[in-house]
Amino acid sequence: MTLLDVLRDHLKLPGTKKGCDHGTCGACTVWVDGHRVVSCLTLASRVEGKEITTIEGLAQGEKLHPVQQAFVDCDGFQCGFCTPGQIMSGAACIQEGHSHNDSEIREWMSGNICRCAAYPNILAAVKQAAKEKTAI
Amino acid sequence: MNNFAISRPRDVGAAVAAASRPSSAFIAGGTTVVDLWKLGAFPVDQLVDIDAVNLRGIEATSARLRLGALEKMNAVGEHADVKSNYPIISQALLLAASPQIRNMGTMGGNLLQRPRSLTYRNPDPKRHDGPSRFDAIFGLTPLSRAPHPSDLAVALMAMDATIRVQGVNGTPERLVKMADFYHIPDHSLKFDTLAPGDLITAIEAQVPFARRSVYVKIRDRASYQFAVVSAAVLLDLQGGIVREARIAAGGVGTIPWRFPQVEAALKGQPATQESFVVALKDMGQGAVTHTQNAFKVELLKRTTLRALLEAQPIV
Repeated sequence: MTLLDVLRDHLKLPGTKKGCDHGTCGACTVWVDGHRVVSCLTLASRVEGKEITTIEGLAQGEKLHPVQQAFVDCDGFQCGFCTPGQIMSGAACIQEGHSHNDSEIREWMSGNICRCAAYPNILAAVKQAAKEKTAI
Repeated sequence: MNNFAISRPRDVGAAVAAASRPSSAFIAGGTTVVDLWKLGAFPVDQLVDIDAVNLRGIEATSARLRLGALEKMNAVGEHADVKSNYPIISQALLLAASPQIRNMGTMGGNLLQRPRSLTYRNPDPKRHDGPSRFDAIFGLTPLSRAPHPSDLAVALMAMDATIRVQGVNGTPERLVKMADFYHIPDHSLKFDTLAPGDLITAIEAQVPFARRSVYVKIRDRASYQFAVVSAAVLLDLQGGIVREARIAAGGVGTIPWRFPQVEAALKGQPATQESFVVALKDMGQGAVTHTQNAFKVELLKRTTLRALLEAQPIV
């Protein structure tokens, strides 16, 4: 059983989305020990003992994670289905140091497909959150 | 989807013994295995998880490149010494797949991934793709014309790298040159020379002039796609003259394809665009094309020319 199915169907954490289920769309992106991966191609039994972070784990109480807040501020979505994956990837992208300029962000966000094509606003959101992080 | 058991051996010997049993396979990054399993195209009873086996380490001095088989694509591609001493490896890795996949995929698994073609991705051996513009132009067989998908393998082919392989029954590790690691797909579509239980433990290469190297990848979209055509080039230059050139290409062969005739034509020639164009003239020799993919011959030459021109400055 995949990590994605365990999260959604057994742990009742449906924030992580199932898109293609074959590792090509990025909707199921989560962090394993701080590294972003696609949970649809991750066998759950192989991550025993590791720390899994999903979209449900980003906010601190009522306070949104800076990348979540930036997606709200920049209107970084239309239908919202890819958004949890975009946010998990965006936060990782900034954390990894891959958010210096537009082309670098686009390249390192390319594993997350948005069929509504909200890309300009997704880019703006990641940029805004990256700027805030530098300011801190 | 079939059920399977997973074992987690802690050392190479136990891993090899487990995977040599019938209907067994290794799982490393899992990006190919889990994908194919969901399609019903990976019917094994036992997966041997090698995550706990110590096959790690990145050494990338100018004297030697050594990559542990379980190192992740992003970790190698972003390694400072790999970037400066082996740009061709860093570029091939970071232009592949997506950041998430690159955090999963390993060096060994990358070499063994299957072509993304219906022929390799369905449980019915009688189903095949129709002709497509992505088809390979070298190494075709009646059963397979899908290009080999790995970017890393193309770079390693150009580097004439060595694959360390541990076989069964306590035999010593074998050293397999990249030129002998793959063969044109056979009747069972197998295209590597590994035997059941064989485990890739590391990749090694020694190319003193590897700093002057480049991997150019041409795709239909800007990122996150397999190559339509790619070129891996290493140049040894002295006083503006090519002492040695290494050329391999992706997207054109059913396995990574090297071009000794182009390498020979470049040797001793001035490193100028004019002489590069002359040396690349017959690069498409032996290509078998159809109306949809005939463009690949010209694209192959132009991609390689760009790589040759980009490989000149030392960063």
